[in-house]
Amino acid sequence: MRFLFKTDYDDDIRLFPHSGYVVSYGLLLAALLIAPYVLSSYLMSQLVFVCIYATVGVALLILTGFTGQASLGHAAFLAIGAYTAAYLQKYNVPFPVYFLAAGVLTGCVGALVGFPALRLQGIYLVIATISFAFIVEEILARWESVTNGNEGLRVKALSLLGVTVSRDSPTFYFLCLAVLVLTIVGTLNLLRSPTGRAFVAIRDSETAARSMGVNVALYKVKSFAISAAITGLAGVLFAHKLSFISPEMFTLQLSIEFIIVILIGGIFSLHGAVLGAIFIVMIDPFLTYLKDDMPGVIAGIAATFGAGPATAGNVQSKVAAFASLNGLKGAIYGIIIMLFVLFEPLGLYGRWLKIKLFFQLFPLYKRATFKRQKIYVKSERNR
Amino acid sequence: MSYFRAENLSLHFGGLKAVDAVSFAVEKGEILSIIGPNGAGKSSIFNLISRIYRPTSGRIFFEDQDITEQPPNDIARLGIARTFQNIELFENATVLSNLLVGRHRHSTTQLWQELLFLPGVRANEKVHRRRVEQVIEFLDLEPYRDKLIAGLPYGVRKVIELARALCSEPKLILLDEPSSGLNVEETDDMSFWIRDMKSELGVTVLMVEHDMSLVNRVSDRVIALNYGRVLATGSAAEVQQHPDVVAAYLGA
Repeated sequence: MRFLFKTDYDDDIRLFPHSGYVVSYGLLLAALLIAPYVLSSYLMSQLVFVCIYATVGVALLILTGFTGQASLGHAAFLAIGAYTAAYLQKYNVPFPVYFLAAGVLTGCVGALVGFPALRLQGIYLVIATISFAFIVEEILARWESVTNGNEGLRVKALSLLGVTVSRDSPTFYFLCLAVLVLTIVGTLNLLRSPTGRAFVAIRDSETAARSMGVNVALYKVKSFAISAAITGLAGVLFAHKLSFISPEMFTLQLSIEFIIVILIGGIFSLHGAVLGAIFIVMIDPFLTYLKDDMPGVIAGIAATFGAGPATAGNVQSKVAAFASLNGLKGAIYGIIIMLFVLFEPLGLYGRWLKIKLFFQLFPLYKRATFKRQKIYVKSERNR
Repeated sequence: MSYFRAENLSLHFGGLKAVDAVSFAVEKGEILSIIGPNGAGKSSIFNLISRIYRPTSGRIFFEDQDITEQPPNDIARLGIARTFQNIELFENATVLSNLLVGRHRHSTTQLWQELLFLPGVRANEKVHRRRVEQVIEFLDLEPYRDKLIAGLPYGVRKVIELARALCSEPKLILLDEPSSGLNVEETDDMSFWIRDMKSELGVTVLMVEHDMSLVNRVSDRVIALNYGRVLATGSAAEVQQHPDVVAAYLGA
């Protein structure tokens, strides 16, 4: 067990509290940098999606995890970023310009959504953001002169400094990774400065935040704008990765996936966004496996236990029918959310912290360490 | 001119007069206690000052400035900090970040500077930390510095709330029942701290309190309220002897 002996205020401010962090994050970064030369192109493609989802996850964490404003409308912000890129690309606007333009525009839209959200709380805010997402989806489908309606838009490969970067190239992966890392560093910086603390204050008690001089309305709008802007930037990368965008890609399901990212990853730490993104991106290959291989495997198991070929074939077709049921994905998402909320509200990162502590304190670990007692019921009068 | 002044302050909820034409003044550097039975309007006065409620009528002046129409977050910027009767801390944050939120009114950095964590932001953070550390030392909170609020005992939370208010370096501090829920020793500590706040930090204190021993020990002056009206004003002993006050507490 390591004891930190703090001698300076910098010890509390710096991002890496001790050398162990530098080593482990350095190794992680090195692994990520050599990944394109080691991993298969399929896994690289998944890794790019992890980066994009994690960026959105960080954005959503700022709003939902740290400011306490739930949003089910982030697919719409992603869509605005993606369509801005696709539209500006048609007029030969260079990548850095439309990348930033998408961020700025989405940030402005986010601020506009933030204003009506000032008066809403909890479930009502969720409904408001869902309706915002529906409005955006509808606009994308109807505003054909700009969005080409339901036919969708092609997105050309991006060109950076005169070089064309294909969506499967290592350069594109490095770009996504850089955006993710910069987003995380910027967010960490924010969280250790007055703005980040004001966000957390609003999440935990608006009344107290106000009485400490925090302009609650201003900071809520700021949080919405920052979160939306980051999501817009991720949207540009998303559009390039898919090379084709249409309104039905940015549905409620996508917003729910983003919520799953932070809920499963862990809502109190930025680690959660990354872990949750890995989880959600990797669940697709798992579902494909379920569909393609599972029936055969189960039939094989049935055969080894003495089932005749007819029964085994029957089992195989039954399992295949189940695995290709419509909406199975949504059902699995739902079950996962429920299980996590019930049994691991701190998410994957919370589980990781527990495992880490188990080894640090071995054999003295006790489960009660992470048990939170509610010893005082807060008054709701001043809301 | 008084340091802080409430003039004919009223707060009506329909027909209920929670605060009814209350006038009082606080002199710079004094400890003024407001006492009264439950529902007398004490906490309502605090909520009027910190603008959680809008007064039905009347005006509030601080340092000769009319603050009746100021938005709630500007009240803290003017140098009026408060604590809450039912603790309002930031539950899922550490004690340190709770106290640093108290420094919010002194933060001057812009969003873009904070995103990049420029040297100026770091320097500001250190100034904030130094001030917070002084308050931690003043209130003996060293053991709890890095603890989460959720999980701390009630008595400690009460002190942390006081600390958070002090971190904003207030000129006037509003204490809403500082001793409620505290045991005898903790109440003793609280009374020393309130006196020290006045003598060492030069903070003016306006306090709502039920514990008469605490009121007697620390107050320079006392105001007694009942049904939203002022019954008596004066020293602790004078007010407690006042026939209307006796009647309000014990029944006529």
